[in-house]
Amino acid sequence: MENNTELLRFTTAGSVDDGKSTLIGRLLFDSKSIYQDQYEAIEKVSARRGEEDVNLALLTDGLKSEREQGITIDVAYRYFSTPKRKFIIADTPGHIQYTRNMVTGASTANVALVLIDARHGVVEQTKRHAIIASLLQIPHLVVCINKMDLVDYSQEKYEEIQEDFESFAAKLDVKDVHFIPISALKGDNVVNRSENMAWYEGATLMYYLENVHIASDQNFIDARFPVQTVIRPYNDEFHDYRGYAGRVAGGSFKIGDKIMALPSGFTSTVKQIVGPSGDQENAFPPQSVTLLLKDEIDISRGDMIVRENNRPDARQDIDLMVCWFDHLKPLNLRGKYAIKHTSQDARCIIKEIRYKLDINTLSRNQEDLNIRMNDIARIQIRTTKPLFIDAYRKNRITGSVIIIDESTNNTVAAGMVV
Amino acid sequence: MNYKVDHLRELEAESIFVMREVAAQFENPVLMFSGGKDSILMVYLAHKAFYPAKFPFPLLHVDTGHNFPETLAYRDELVKRFDANLVVGSVQEAINKGLVSEEKGINASRNSLQTVTLLETLEEGKFDAAMGGARRDEEKARAKERFFSHRDEFGQWDPKNQRPELWNLFNGRKHMGEHFRVFPISNWTELDVWQYLAMEQIPLPSLYFTHERDVFRRDGILLADCEYIQKKPDEVVFRENVRCRTIGDMTCTGVWESEASTLEDIIQEIATTRMTERGGRADDKRSETSMEDRKKIGYF
Repeated sequence: MENNTELLRFTTAGSVDDGKSTLIGRLLFDSKSIYQDQYEAIEKVSARRGEEDVNLALLTDGLKSEREQGITIDVAYRYFSTPKRKFIIADTPGHIQYTRNMVTGASTANVALVLIDARHGVVEQTKRHAIIASLLQIPHLVVCINKMDLVDYSQEKYEEIQEDFESFAAKLDVKDVHFIPISALKGDNVVNRSENMAWYEGATLMYYLENVHIASDQNFIDARFPVQTVIRPYNDEFHDYRGYAGRVAGGSFKIGDKIMALPSGFTSTVKQIVGPSGDQENAFPPQSVTLLLKDEIDISRGDMIVRENNRPDARQDIDLMVCWFDHLKPLNLRGKYAIKHTSQDARCIIKEIRYKLDINTLSRNQEDLNIRMNDIARIQIRTTKPLFIDAYRKNRITGSVIIIDESTNNTVAAGMVV
Repeated sequence: MNYKVDHLRELEAESIFVMREVAAQFENPVLMFSGGKDSILMVYLAHKAFYPAKFPFPLLHVDTGHNFPETLAYRDELVKRFDANLVVGSVQEAINKGLVSEEKGINASRNSLQTVTLLETLEEGKFDAAMGGARRDEEKARAKERFFSHRDEFGQWDPKNQRPELWNLFNGRKHMGEHFRVFPISNWTELDVWQYLAMEQIPLPSLYFTHERDVFRRDGILLADCEYIQKKPDEVVFRENVRCRTIGDMTCTGVWESEASTLEDIIQEIATTRMTERGGRADDKRSETSMEDRKKIGYF
């Protein structure tokens, strides 16, 4: 029995009070993904607080302090499914000091859902979120203009905001933008079509999420296989077994393919591919498999198996766009950090801070190079050993790194290879 | 070529990836095994992740002493099947040693005592990563968990100061004495788990299927009648066809009236049910934030 549903990951972003949590509550509620006991629990809390309607936002605001303050302060993951797709929502905070969590949620998403309050239009947070979605190369962006009920479902207002956003987004690197006027509170155009906006002829949000084409979101061209661990059973039955375990990060591998191992440069041929259900003919993203080769060559964790005629760059001097996360320490020019890239661990030194990106104007600030939490900057690093990288635009897996403070062990930055 | 992967295979690939990262990044990992379907799923995924080698970590069972006998029988059978190592942390022993004291009263449970035993067993075994079968869809505090969840030297979770987790780059760096909880099946839902167990035809403890049992009702929940629960005078025992949706120890695991006798029946039942699976867990009902409070001090 195999199932035929695809998995779609999307992230929600918006300013405080844009109604993100309400929208997610609405998606869950209208798609009948909320259980009776969950609904009864929030009904009780809403009544106790003296709220008129059942507050659907309470479904997603999980932590104590969030329920007290009424804002989302960490990434919360939500799940629902329809017969067509299973959805994973990364509900991320709009509050400025928690932007690092938005980046977290965005890093694995197929779709970014940006919320705009129809009364306020495009604000700084909207821009910041759109920029992050673009930087993180989320393939699809859907802009929900929310609280339409509070602007009398005005088409004029909707179009004004759409125009505003489009003129801003023209400077961004987003390929697929979609606009939907909604009211999360009242349910207009979320799952069910709005009766209040006959002028809108597009899809509802749910229809969009169920049908947006995501099958080609991954790189199926450039074969990349970062080795996680080597499997050696050490028993009689599998005496000479030597398998390289990992998750395909790009392209495809099939039996008989000529491959090259990096950094050694040794070549061999794929002899066997073992997947979770046994042997398979080929492997592609996002499958986790074990590759066996014809020749015994020395490969270990951190190495990458690729094709001889299609190799990533093996480089130590690397240009990155980074989003800085550390709330205590700013980025330290000439500082040394630990760095993680696919299954490789290395150290790096920050050699140059080229500019800081102004998130309102998208201009490059070369004067103030003090990079603090939530800042986005272009930097150059040098690593202790070559990393096997692709441009982030080409491959989100082999084009991404995290930077770690060696004294606190905290992840202090997300980096994307330029 | 068709590059489509259905959602169960994608979840499987993700979990296997996470388990392999754990084996590579930590010196002495362990897989927490409760006897429930989620930890059973974890054992089968671990087997796939390292096949044909044995998975390179032991199973850890925190034994409350109040287990369903079926759970222990299943556990021992599973250990034999995969030739796994088993470490048992005993709550009874912790009580005997005076580390914790038994709760008193009608709703007494050893659930909260497990945390002490768990942390103690992790420390004793010098385990630096404990994998658990918690899922984000189960409960609102769990919805905020990372795959790699950092714990300080007291085993505490600091939900407001979690490491950002990006792409599939997991930061397992830590200081001496700290450890990680790792949740490879974070993104699975209850329905995903059942669909996968059915697809893979994985054998399960009989408790999950309908059987006749002596039960009584408390606060709207059916509990199995057993020597570990003190009944109130007005609580009457009756016989009913029931099954478990989750398996914890006998004092806090509710049973459900059900006629589901196969995995397919269960999937059908879950797809149409209107109650969450933890709706029957007395331990979650203690307060609105009982899971968050327990997790902060080191619960599973």
